[in-house]
Amino acid sequence: MVDGDQEPAAAPEAKVPVGRSPGQLMWLRFKRDRTGVISAYVVLLFFLVGLLAPLIAKLYGNNPYTVYADERPELFDSAGVPVQPNGGISGEFWFGLEPGNGYDVFTKLLYGIRNSLGISLAVTLATVLTGIVLGVAAGYLGGRTDFLISRVIDFLLAIPAQLFFIASMPVVVSLFVSPRDETPVYVRVVALISVQWFLGWMSLGRILRGTSLALREREFIEAAKVSGAPPGRIIRKEILPNVVTPILVQATYMLPNFVTAEAGLSFLGVGLVEPTPDWGQMFSKAATELVMQNDITYMFFPGVSMIIFIVAFNLLGDSVRDAFDPKTAR
Amino acid sequence: MLRFLLRRTLGSLVILVLLTVVAFLLFFGMPRDPALLMCGKTCTPDALANIHRTLGIDKSIPEQFWIFLQGLVAGRDDFAQGPCPAPCFGYSYHTNEQVWSTLMDRLPLTVSLALGATVVFLFVGLGTGMLAAWRRGTLIDKSFTAGSMVLSSMQIYFLGPLALAVLVYQTHLFDEPRYTELTKDPVAWFTGLMIPWVVLSTIFAAQYTRMARSSMIEQLQEEHIRTARAKGMSRRYVFFRYAWRGSLIPIVTILGIDLSSMLGGAIITEYTFGLPGLGHLAVESVQFSDLPLLLGVMLFAAAVILLCNIVVDACYAFIDPRVRLS
Repeated sequence: MVDGDQEPAAAPEAKVPVGRSPGQLMWLRFKRDRTGVISAYVVLLFFLVGLLAPLIAKLYGNNPYTVYADERPELFDSAGVPVQPNGGISGEFWFGLEPGNGYDVFTKLLYGIRNSLGISLAVTLATVLTGIVLGVAAGYLGGRTDFLISRVIDFLLAIPAQLFFIASMPVVVSLFVSPRDETPVYVRVVALISVQWFLGWMSLGRILRGTSLALREREFIEAAKVSGAPPGRIIRKEILPNVVTPILVQATYMLPNFVTAEAGLSFLGVGLVEPTPDWGQMFSKAATELVMQNDITYMFFPGVSMIIFIVAFNLLGDSVRDAFDPKTAR
Repeated sequence: MLRFLLRRTLGSLVILVLLTVVAFLLFFGMPRDPALLMCGKTCTPDALANIHRTLGIDKSIPEQFWIFLQGLVAGRDDFAQGPCPAPCFGYSYHTNEQVWSTLMDRLPLTVSLALGATVVFLFVGLGTGMLAAWRRGTLIDKSFTAGSMVLSSMQIYFLGPLALAVLVYQTHLFDEPRYTELTKDPVAWFTGLMIPWVVLSTIFAAQYTRMARSSMIEQLQEEHIRTARAKGMSRRYVFFRYAWRGSLIPIVTILGIDLSSMLGGAIITEYTFGLPGLGHLAVESVQFSDLPLLLGVMLFAAAVILLCNIVVDACYAFIDPRVRLS
């Protein structure tokens, strides 16, 4: 959608003609969408929880690194399963204790959400930036640049993504540290971000290429060119403000995908490893026979929280798209 | 049409060759010493020297790559383990078996898993999606739409262990999933893969429900549908004969992507249920830093994806006469 497309009459409430920017119109439409607002609050809650995890853990009194199987062995039976029913839920341990090492599930989940969301947010930022630079460059400059970038996109799309992630994780890690040494956490984080970024930007890049290709032919770009604006200025001042919509919509679709992909990697054992808390790694703990044969309470905490997060984020994505582009029917 | 397919095949071959270059560089060119990566944490100098020799690491990277390419096309017999007929991906460092024969060993399981799940999720997904479109706006439609929203947000690494825990470990209703060859014992093949099929297809089916519904609704608003209804054709006939066919294109596109990614190894599903297919092989080879095997799985999966893309393009021509004409 382009600025010029918005006629003032498109605002249904505007009985007295009031000038509203497309951003204001979008905000108005979004506020009326109850599903969207609720899911926005849920998503916001998750981000707040992630952000404030250390504070919440401090107030609550436990931390995700204490091995309660060693500290308080009376809470566990000989196999390492919490003695109390329902995964050891009590006033002291709100979500119970993890079978095996006996970490506190509540703080582990908080920190897991924090780490997973942090990584996914970084991946989203990196992919969006790359998508903007390469997509807009391909679309606006055209010619040889366009050909080159489009072929790169075609090529990268042919790579089996998940397989590439797990295959390249050890290689990327080995770039930083020798395989004989212990891998520091930040190296794993950097590796996780970079492999997902490498294969994550193409869809957005392709969309932005198409959009800026169409924009290039518009009169206002031509007018800017005639009045002597350099290409850098045209891209910054004329093209970029008009591609904000697809960027926002795509980003809200991309982020949950990155969250589940990152969790999948940790689930397979190539992402973050213990004792660093991680959402996906909790699933791999839940998939052990110790949990599945005894008390399955533990697996619901990461499972249900992730479903809520993904559903809320997908609904939010739909609402953002509807608010920006009311013409497309669902 | 033939020319189009030929061009697509050639383009895919170019991409495959490029991918071989990139994957080879990634695994053998980028690490400072791939042998060290391969050797793992408990590496003796003896083992290291052995890997150095078998890798041919004394040669330059382009030379190594050229030898690898030659092996792919013509086979090699310079391995200590024995001859290696084309397509030769070398020998695994962990099991000392030929990579290609290992891949072929694991393939039947992955194909069984993918095809079985596809049958289930196409049946369930398209069925519910079309029912929702047929009864648009009713309670059925709304509950299917909401249900598919939640189910599509499910993850295999949650649903899989949950199904295992409830159905196998807690209630003992089913045996643990395991793979038996179809030709050996069809009943065991079916019962062993039932839970993985259902879990895998639950996640995919939800997507097809949404897809089939929206695509059907879109088709029903087309003008040729209105014309057909106006000249007196029944709603049912128009729905199943006209709209249904038009709604297939986006579904086939997504199906091609899903099928190809599953045939390249449904990694998380196979890992969750402990089924030794291609995806499981990939995880194993990462755990043992088995680079030749990893390279083999990756190139094989990429080839499958490219092949599926060509098949999907060919399918368009059968579904949509307009594609055939142009």
